[in-house]
Amino acid sequence: MFKVTIDNHTIEVEEGTTILQAARMIGGIVVPPAMCYYSKLKESGGKCRTCLVKVAQGSARDPRPLPKLVASCRTPVADGMVVQNITSQEVIETRKAIVEFLLINHPLDCPVCDQAGECDLQDLSYDNGKEESRFEEAKRSFRVIDIGDKIQLHMNRCILCYRCVYTADQLTDKRSHGILYRGDVSEISTYIQTDVTNDFSGNMIDVCPVGALTDKTFRFKNRVWFLNPMNANRSCSKCSGKVTAWMRGGEVYRITGRKDQFGEVEEFICNECRFEKKELSDWTIEGPRNIKRASVISQNHYEKSKKPSVILPLENRTVSLDEFKNGSNNEIQL
Amino acid sequence: MDRRILLNNIAVPGIRTFEVFRSTGGYLSVMKALKEMTPDDVIEEVKKSGLRGRGGAGFPAGMKWSFLDKKSNKPRYLICNADESEPGTFKDRFLMEKIPHLLIEGMICSCYALGAETGYIYVRGEFKYIVGILNEAIREAYQNGLLGKNILGTSINLDIHVHSGAGAYICGEETALIESLEGKRGNPRIKPPFPAVVGLYGSPTVVNNVETLCNIGFIVNQGGSEFARYGVGKSTGTKLISACGNINNPGVYEIEFGLSVREFLYSEKYCGGIKNGKELKAVIAGGSSVPILPANLILKTAAGEERMLSYESLAEGGFVSGTMLGSGGFIVFDEDACIVRNTWNLTRFYHHESCGQCSPCREGTGWMENVLHRIENGLGKARDIDLLVSIAAKIEGNTICPLGDAAAWPVASAIRHFRHEFEEHVLHPESCKNSAIRQLDNVQIRRLENV
Ligand code: SF4
Ligand code: FES
Repeated sequence: MFKVTIDNHTIEVEEGTTILQAARMIGGIVVPPAMCYYSKLKESGGKCRTCLVKVAQGSARDPRPLPKLVASCRTPVADGMVVQNITSQEVIETRKAIVEFLLINHPLDCPVCDQAGECDLQDLSYDNGKEESRFEEAKRSFRVIDIGDKIQLHMNRCILCYRCVYTADQLTDKRSHGILYRGDVSEISTYIQTDVTNDFSGNMIDVCPVGALTDKTFRFKNRVWFLNPMNANRSCSKCSGKVTAWMRGGEVYRITGRKDQFGEVEEFICNECRFEKKELSDWTIEGPRNIKRASVISQNHYEKSKKPSVILPLENRTVSLDEFKNGSNNEIQL
Repeated sequence: MDRRILLNNIAVPGIRTFEVFRSTGGYLSVMKALKEMTPDDVIEEVKKSGLRGRGGAGFPAGMKWSFLDKKSNKPRYLICNADESEPGTFKDRFLMEKIPHLLIEGMICSCYALGAETGYIYVRGEFKYIVGILNEAIREAYQNGLLGKNILGTSINLDIHVHSGAGAYICGEETALIESLEGKRGNPRIKPPFPAVVGLYGSPTVVNNVETLCNIGFIVNQGGSEFARYGVGKSTGTKLISACGNINNPGVYEIEFGLSVREFLYSEKYCGGIKNGKELKAVIAGGSSVPILPANLILKTAAGEERMLSYESLAEGGFVSGTMLGSGGFIVFDEDACIVRNTWNLTRFYHHESCGQCSPCREGTGWMENVLHRIENGLGKARDIDLLVSIAAKIEGNTICPLGDAAAWPVASAIRHFRHEFEEHVLHPESCKNSAIRQLDNVQIRRLENV
């Protein structure tokens, strides 16, 4: 077992654990954001650089700090390693810069993007982005293409995390989709515009951290924050049949995999479950899913919001620090 | 300061052929190594020689060899990195074109030392004609029993294959090269693991530059300590410098480490001074990615010492007032050269060559090119200069491979040493003799303003 300290929290982990995994075991705000790493996809990670952290002490044996920031998702811990994430100004500054890089060519078309509300890039830029942009040049742009009849690709929004490529490679046989060209004109595409037709291709939509790959059966049907995510299942011969059904009223609007707190699906699901089973009668509903309080998706599901018992006249409206911290004046219950 | 190791016989007619090469003492080292030395002896001599990688980073070759995973029972590979694509560098091409057997000789000794039975030469895609030269040399070596099964009657087997790249600068990065050799997209791998442990086809692999390998023959023949008598301090041996730009005698020169930059620039034996009697303005001393230095700092260090061609002397002063030896591409600018235009040109190159895998390099290189293009075309704003500094600083050190650094350093150093020139371009774009703006008409300018 290796001992590693991240932002002053110490934890013991197995040899071979990466810094990111160790941070996820600690949980909370010490977890670096990960836009390209996906624990269920081999070889993923190392590309987006949002998870860069500072290694202030290499190991107990060699306490020298590492000269550069390292990608926490691909760097294994050493015994006695000391890592700084949000306790390092350098890391925070660099993360801001990475977000800026990711956004300069991003269309910022959230108002018309299906991913809005559940987009990792949106969350990342709320947490680490700047208000204004220093980028004045023309953004690169691509045409929207269909890859298969169920998936649409908006290359403009892609951050080239390679997750969908690994998904196509590792989950499906006969991979026909990958990266063409290089540099900032590289694009996700299929080999000579062939359709991606595989029983598990729909998972590319779930792994995509942004709105580059979207579900055509759900396109423009609804905004995610109007929907209630429910755990649902059915017996399926191809996959586990355990999904999240996104419902409004008695209607099923879309089916996705069940995403955990780090935005990764628990299990990959098949295309039949995802695209074809849209009737309530197809599913056994287990109950509502837990959604992070911070997520806009939970915005719509506040069950009750206690009004402050007394409304003070404006001029006397002072709130004690304790009250303010505990929010006792304005309690929101989920 | 003008002893040579590599190019002693370069002028012998027909040195490209096996017969002539052999008659000048070629391949003696193979006999010596295979018959009189153990593999570890060879590694020991290379360590003693202090030979450092000639591809750019200058990492000690013997040390690199000793990292090779000895426990693995997978086959081992030696790869010769002949993907020489750094703008301003053309010394490996010269070696392979003129004296290919020197490389084959070095590779045989190195493969023997490393226990590799297969070697690859990864040749830059644009060097199509060199593939033929190398293959011919390899054919001759097979014919003469120096390659193939049971070399010179020993139990040693070795095959060398030439592989032509498809024209990507990034494939000069060793892990991208390995990916490309495996038939994949040339994206650098995320390290660790390093190639010495998990390299080509998952096997322990050493990747060395052409010039590095060409030195091995001499080291085996004469011994590591004899090699270490060449050069100064930790810069042992000699270095090929490819000189280009506004000089009288551009070309490839072998210098002994320790030669002063002044002599190299002005002596008739080497560059022969600045063309047309102009003044020296700046030098990029080690291939396009190293920091550019103005005339005063390339000739003398900030401390007032004479600057020499060696790893240490060129790096004297860090990036504030120094640079790097890099790959030895020596690019000279005279007083008329426009630093802004040149910097823009370099960013154009790095933007084009970025593999696009990691965000700082993919987005940052294009951004820098765009901003510099604007400045060069008379549409720059005062704040653009600091913006460039900031973009470069955020790329540097945050990328998967050194291409990000290589793209950031030229911009950062050009602004560090020639800030006034950038400001001048922003304020009075038309005053630059080279400025592209002077060649545009009003319509074109308006079109530029509208983007
Ligand atoms: S399409 Fe989505 S999953 Fe694929 S590389 Fe782009 S951002 Fe990543
Ligand atoms: S998550 Fe680690 S680099 Fe992208």
